[in-house]
Amino acid sequence: MVKLQINGKTVEAREGEMLLAVIQRMGIDVPTQCHHEAIEPTGNCRLCMVEITKKNWDGWKKSVTSCLYPVEEGLIVETHNDKLFEIRKTILDLQLARSPHSDYVTKMAAEYGLEKSSYPAEPQGDDCIMCYACTRICDVLGKSAIAPTMRGHEKIIAGPFGEAPPDCIGCLSCAHICPTDHIKWNDKGNTRKIWDKKFKLIKCKKCGKKTITREFADYLIEKRELPSEYFDTCDVCKRKETAEKMGELVIKAREATI
Amino acid sequence: MKIDSITKLDKWRKEILTKQKTIKTKVLICLGPGCLAGGSDLILKEFQTLLKKKKIKDISVESVKKTGCHGFCARGPLVIIEPLGIFYSKVKKMHVKDIIEKTLQKGEIIEKLLYKDPNTEKIYKEWRKIPFYARQQKIALRNVGQIDPDEITDYIANGGYAALAKILKSMKPDDVIEQVSKSGLRGRGGAGFSTGRKWATCAKAEENPHYVLCNGDEGDPGAFMDRCIMEGDPHTVLEGMIICAYAVGSQEGYIYVREEYPLAVVNLQKAIDDARKYGLLGDNILGTDLCFDLKISKGGGAFVCGESSALMRSVAGEIGEPRAKYVRSVLKGLHDKPTVLNNVETFANIPVIIEKGADWFSAIGTKKSTGTKAFSLAGKIKNTGLIEVPMGIKLKEIIYDIGGGINDNREFKAVQTGGPSGGCLPADKLDLEVDFDTLADNGSMMGSGGMVVMDDRTCMVDVSRYFLNFLVEESCGKCVPCREGLFQLHKLNEKICEGKGTEDDLKLMENLSETIISGSLCGLGQSGPNPFLSTIMYFRDEYEAHVNKQECPGGVCKNLITYRINDDCNGCMACLSVCAAGAIKGKKKEQHIIDEVKCDRCGACFAVCNINAIDII
Ligand SMILES: Cc1cc2nc3c(=O)[nH]c(=O)nc-3n(C[C@H](O)[C@H](O)[C@H](O)COP(=O)(O)O)c2cc1C
Ligand code: SF4
Ligand code: SF4
Ligand code: SF4
Ligand code: SF4
Ligand code: FES
Ligand code: FES
Repeated sequence: MVKLQINGKTVEAREGEMLLAVIQRMGIDVPTQCHHEAIEPTGNCRLCMVEITKKNWDGWKKSVTSCLYPVEEGLIVETHNDKLFEIRKTILDLQLARSPHSDYVTKMAAEYGLEKSSYPAEPQGDDCIMCYACTRICDVLGKSAIAPTMRGHEKIIAGPFGEAPPDCIGCLSCAHICPTDHIKWNDKGNTRKIWDKKFKLIKCKKCGKKTITREFADYLIEKRELPSEYFDTCDVCKRKETAEKMGELVIKAREATI
Repeated sequence: MKIDSITKLDKWRKEILTKQKTIKTKVLICLGPGCLAGGSDLILKEFQTLLKKKKIKDISVESVKKTGCHGFCARGPLVIIEPLGIFYSKVKKMHVKDIIEKTLQKGEIIEKLLYKDPNTEKIYKEWRKIPFYARQQKIALRNVGQIDPDEITDYIANGGYAALAKILKSMKPDDVIEQVSKSGLRGRGGAGFSTGRKWATCAKAEENPHYVLCNGDEGDPGAFMDRCIMEGDPHTVLEGMIICAYAVGSQEGYIYVREEYPLAVVNLQKAIDDARKYGLLGDNILGTDLCFDLKISKGGGAFVCGESSALMRSVAGEIGEPRAKYVRSVLKGLHDKPTVLNNVETFANIPVIIEKGADWFSAIGTKKSTGTKAFSLAGKIKNTGLIEVPMGIKLKEIIYDIGGGINDNREFKAVQTGGPSGGCLPADKLDLEVDFDTLADNGSMMGSGGMVVMDDRTCMVDVSRYFLNFLVEESCGKCVPCREGLFQLHKLNEKICEGKGTEDDLKLMENLSETIISGSLCGLGQSGPNPFLSTIMYFRDEYEAHVNKQECPGGVCKNLITYRINDDCNGCMACLSVCAAGAIKGKKKEQHIIDEVKCDRCGACFAVCNINAIDII
């Protein structure tokens, strides 16, 4: 265990834990955008910055992103002060100019008293806040179908060469994790469309309900070593089937005891 | 032939020297980037063809050598005849015959090819005496411009691989690290971190393997020091890296070179192949236990790939984006293993430090910035080129004594050091001593060694705009403060150049800069606002003129200036013929007039007028 001080309080933390986890456990509210339990931290949004120092640093302080900074014995951490407020506010102010139509961004900015950006807003706006949550979750799946491409302000998330990602299996993980709902997808009839790529959806053999894409099903069958016919029926029908089987068993058992 | 012992290396060196002694006269032809652009490859060919046909005593085709950049690029193409050091500048193919027949055959000097100092009118015969060279001291560049980079024998004749032999014979890895630490050498790639301390940390790291990387990305536009070392003396980079590998216990290294440097790649590859062939790279170097091999890794040319974590990802085949982390790369670098990353020039210093000793090196320069530093001199300065000077030299010595002063003897306005995210220093800072800390204390930085000189016709607001634009384009776009912050900072800067800015905009820019500096993920963003901050620190009056009076004192910002023809106009019609907008009217020998509405403010007329009859108002 490691002992450190956060906003004047001494706390204990596990070796290797990141500051943010400890801060959140204490119930302190530090804004974050790119942090997500399920995926590796990346440090893109910079909102979770805190100031750290140590007894022997002669009053020298350093701003670090708490989602990436591992706890250290004797660390003295400050999560809220004027300087940090200014950094967070400016970051949100900048995002407000880029994504003036995003509910997610406007709500966060409003918490810092920002109604309108200090910078000229982009009329079209771009709801992608470049948090890389989508690419990281896709990396976790082992697909890495999409990636950040281009540079600077032009940067976008896309498939290789800006084309429909050949490795995408249409699982929607990226769309579900995206905090700003920037990733558009739809299911129409038997077809799912995401990242400009079309997928056939599996139909439940029993009830005809559409479930997941064939590609995603194959991926799960292989990864989790499921029987190959596992996705032939939908979850509801599968549950029904199990219930029916259980019922039969119960009846048989009862008959046997009589 | 494998050189599998130190004795063999010594013997080989003796043989090479004996052979080279038979070639009494050497004709060095600079094939550096500047001279090459001036056609020096044709000069080389001409020498070779003509000498093949002629029989001259003590001179043969072997006397002619191609070299890397000799330094004085402004006077290129250069041909230098050693051992006398005769310096022929602005040489053309048609001069070659003369040089052979007069200088080589009869020992006559061709006056018109000699360098005449435009400030003193003095003519110099020998290059070492020319003020441009006289004040320099070459350590990292010691061989560049002196040897044929393709010939390992040239390098060895000049003492190459003697430092490697020395450590293998008589020094333990720790002794090497101690020497490098004691020398005070600080990284030449920008941050100025102690090289010895970096090596010591890596050497001690328990995880294995250890890697040695060389940063040859040189993203700073206009800088070409590292390029000239890699092209002109590739073996010194190799030797520095092998010594490092011995010190930190590494068997594998990479040189990261930007793709825009194809000749550097070719020359380094040739050097690597030769070193391998002779047993100076690979298993059991010089017959000892030391095993180390090197590969070249080609970078895609993004500025940010020079940043250490981005470079390491790029070498590993990932996206060349910086990685946010708080573990130093010397402990978790390439493939998350302990890694030494040093700049090309840093490595080029190593063999000399080992050979001449830490005390010799630390006696050069200042107490905290020892040794020398290479710079590329560019901008509105007479003697553009590649220089190496002792640390602690005054800015004005570089600009006036070595650089020869400002073009057309105009007034000096500022010098930008440290590359795109460096800073601009004004005239009253010309007395500053050039070292890591002094430059940083004055709002600029050493950076990798770009130095751009600006004259009184420069607009500092426009300079800031220009460099911010570069950084906006080079930002990787990963983190918000840099991606969005620099983008908006640049837009506000543009607005001021257009005369539409306000005092409030300046305040907004200053506040925004603070967040970009403390909020950004990597060094690009963290130093990104420097062009703005250093210009507004020293040239606030220019910003205020743009903002309050809609005036551009430097006469650069198009929206704020007007070109007008004055009474001196003699009606030569030169301006009229270059004006693409058709904005100039006038008859021969009569004063011309510019139509302000039609005029695009391109400045073509201003540049072409020989008698200064066009004013910028
Ligand atoms: C945006 C950025 C670009 C950089 N580009 C270079 C470069 O082109 N060459 C270089 O040697 N160092 C560059 N650096 C510095 C490197 O990160 C690193 O500090 C250096 O290579 C270490 O070597 P040194 O200690 O020998 O200087 C850059 C740093 C940043 C932040
Ligand atoms: S839908 Fe495609 S891009 Fe998105 S996480 Fe799944 S595989 Fe990756
Ligand atoms: S698309 Fe969504 S998840 Fe992906 S980077 Fe943009 S905002 Fe983040
Ligand atoms: S500071 Fe700029 S270059 Fe560095 S990671 Fe952030 S966006 Fe990329
Ligand atoms: S500045 Fe350019 S457009 Fe204007 S008058 Fe001169 S040449 Fe013509
Ligand atoms: S949460 Fe985004 S940088 Fe830490
Ligand atoms: S290229 Fe020839 S002197 Fe620089």
